[in-house]
Amino acid sequence: MGGSNRARRWVVGVPTLWLVLLFLIPFLVVLKISFSVARLSIPPYAPLLVLRHGWPMLKVHLSSYAYLLTNPLYLRSYLYSLQVAAICTVLCLLIGYPMAYAIAHAGAWRNVLLMLIVLPFWTSFLLRVYAWIGLLQNNGLINHVLISLGLISHPLVMLQTDFSLYVGIVYSYLPFMILPLYSNLEKHDPALLEAASDLGARPFAAFLRITLPQSLPGIAAGSLLVFIPAVGEYVIPTLLGRTDQIMIGRVLSNEFFENRNWPLASAVAVVVLLMLVVPIVLLQRVERRELEAE
Amino acid sequence: MTRRGWFSGVMLVLGLIFLYVPIASMVVYSFNASRLVTVWDAAHSPTLKWYGVLFSDGQVLHAAWLSLRVALSASTISSVLGLMAGIALARFGPFRGRSLLLGMTTAPIVMPEVISGLSLLLLFIALERAVGWPHGMGMSTLILGHVSFCMAYVTVVIQSRLAGFDQSLEEAAMDLGARPVRVFWAITLPLILPAVVSGWLLSFTLSWDDLVISEFVAGPGSSTLPMVIFSKVRLGVSPDVNALATIMVSIVATGVVVAAVWMRRRQRRSERDAQLAAAANL
Repeated sequence: MGGSNRARRWVVGVPTLWLVLLFLIPFLVVLKISFSVARLSIPPYAPLLVLRHGWPMLKVHLSSYAYLLTNPLYLRSYLYSLQVAAICTVLCLLIGYPMAYAIAHAGAWRNVLLMLIVLPFWTSFLLRVYAWIGLLQNNGLINHVLISLGLISHPLVMLQTDFSLYVGIVYSYLPFMILPLYSNLEKHDPALLEAASDLGARPFAAFLRITLPQSLPGIAAGSLLVFIPAVGEYVIPTLLGRTDQIMIGRVLSNEFFENRNWPLASAVAVVVLLMLVVPIVLLQRVERRELEAE
Repeated sequence: MTRRGWFSGVMLVLGLIFLYVPIASMVVYSFNASRLVTVWDAAHSPTLKWYGVLFSDGQVLHAAWLSLRVALSASTISSVLGLMAGIALARFGPFRGRSLLLGMTTAPIVMPEVISGLSLLLLFIALERAVGWPHGMGMSTLILGHVSFCMAYVTVVIQSRLAGFDQSLEEAAMDLGARPVRVFWAITLPLILPAVVSGWLLSFTLSWDDLVISEFVAGPGSSTLPMVIFSKVRLGVSPDVNALATIMVSIVATGVVVAAVWMRRRQRRSERDAQLAAAANL
C-alpha cells in the first residue's frame, strides 16, 4: 500500500507512540527508581538528581541491588520462582503435546475441540483458580471422593503445597501451550509419515524422527509462553501456594505495598526482567520465524 | 487407529476433564444451600440463596459497574490501536521502527503482570508530580493500564488474520485506481471484520478479568470486580462467588455459541458468493 504517506504515518505512529509512552518509558521510570534509596517523604525515595553548590549532580545508589544479592531470602525466592516455572512448563508440555496432537488429527472435530480448549480462557481466570480451593482443601471435593471410595482414611493435605501451586499454574497456562503446538502440528505433511511407514518405520520411531523435530518451534513457543509469565505469577501462589516460601511476584508486591520500599521493589522488578530478557528475545525470534514461514 | 493415536486421544479427554471439572464444580455448588462449599445439603438444595446474597451486595454491584465501564472503554481503544498496529505490521512491508513496534506489541503478552503494574503506577505518579495529571488513580488510569496489554492481543489477532489473506484483492482495487484509504474501507476492513470483533471481545474479557495491573493502578476508593472477588476469596471460600462464577460462565457460553453461529453463517455466505462469482465467469 504505497501512496498516501500521511495516512501510513498515522497508522504506524499512533500505536508506536502509545506503546512508547505506556510500555517502554514506565520501565525506564522503574530503572531510575531502583537506583534510589527509600526515605520518609513524598514520593518515598531520594531524588537521583540533586543540586550541590548550584551544580546538578547524579546520586546513584546501588544499595537496593546490594541488599537483594546479599540477603538469601531474595535469592531463594528467585530460585524458587524459576524452579516452579520450569516444572510447570515441563508438565504443561507433557500434558499439552498429546492433546494438541490429538486435536490436529481429529478431522472434522478440530474446530469444536479447539473451541473447548480456548473457552476456559474466556471465563474469569481468578474464578477458575478459586475453584481449585474448593476441590483441593481438606474437606474439599477430591478428599471427599477419595474417603468415600475408601482409598484414604484421613484427608490429604493438598492446599498451600507445591502440588496445589503446580496444579493451579498448569491449569491456567495449559491453553498457551496447546495453541502454538496445535498450529505447528496441523501444518505437518502426512505424506512424510506415510513414507516412513512404507519404509518400515514403527509409528513411535517415525514420531521421534519426523514429527517431534518438526514440531520444535511449536514446543519452543509454547514453553516460553508458559515459562515467562509463570516466573512472575502473583495470583495463583497467593491463593494456592505455600505460605513458608513465596514467589518473587509476591515479594515485589509486598515490598511495594506493605514495606513501602519503592527502590527495593523496583530493583526486584529489574532483576526479574534481566532474568527474562533471554527467554523474551528467544520467543520473539521463534514467533517471527513462524509468521514468516506462513 | 494406531497405538499412538489411542494414547493422545485418551490424554485429550483427560485434559478436557481437567479443564472443565473446576468450572462445573462451581456451577453445581452455586445451587447448594450449605455454607460449607463441598457438603451437599440435599434437604434444602437446589436453591438460589447465594444469587440473592450476591445481588444484595452493594460492593459487588458497584465494582461490577466500574469493571464494565473500564472494559468497554479499554477494549474499544485497544481495538482501534491494535487494528492500526496489525495493519502496519502485516501490510506495510519493512519500515523504520518496525522491530520496535513488533517488540512492543508482543512483549506485553508475556510480561509478568506485577512488573507492568508497578511500572505503570510509578509512571502515573511521576506524571502527576510533573504535569499534574492524572489527578489521583482511578478509572482513567485503569483504562490506560488495560489498553497496553489488550492492544497487544488485538494486534496479534489482526496480524495473523491479514497474513492468512493474499493481497490480490487489495492490489486489484489499487490497479483499478482506488485510493489506499478507500481500499481499506471497501476491502480490507470487511475482510478482517471478524478478527476485529474477536479482538474486541478478547480485550473486553482480559480487561474485565484483570486483577494484578488493576491492584496497582486503581488507587484507593475504586475497586474493580476482580479486586473485590480477590479480597473475598483470600479470606476463604465464599459461596456467593460460585453464583457469580456461574453467571459469568453462562454469559460467556451463550456469547461463544452466538459468535460461532454468526461466523459460520458469514463464512457460508462468502463461500456461496465466491461460487456464484466463479459460475458467472464461466
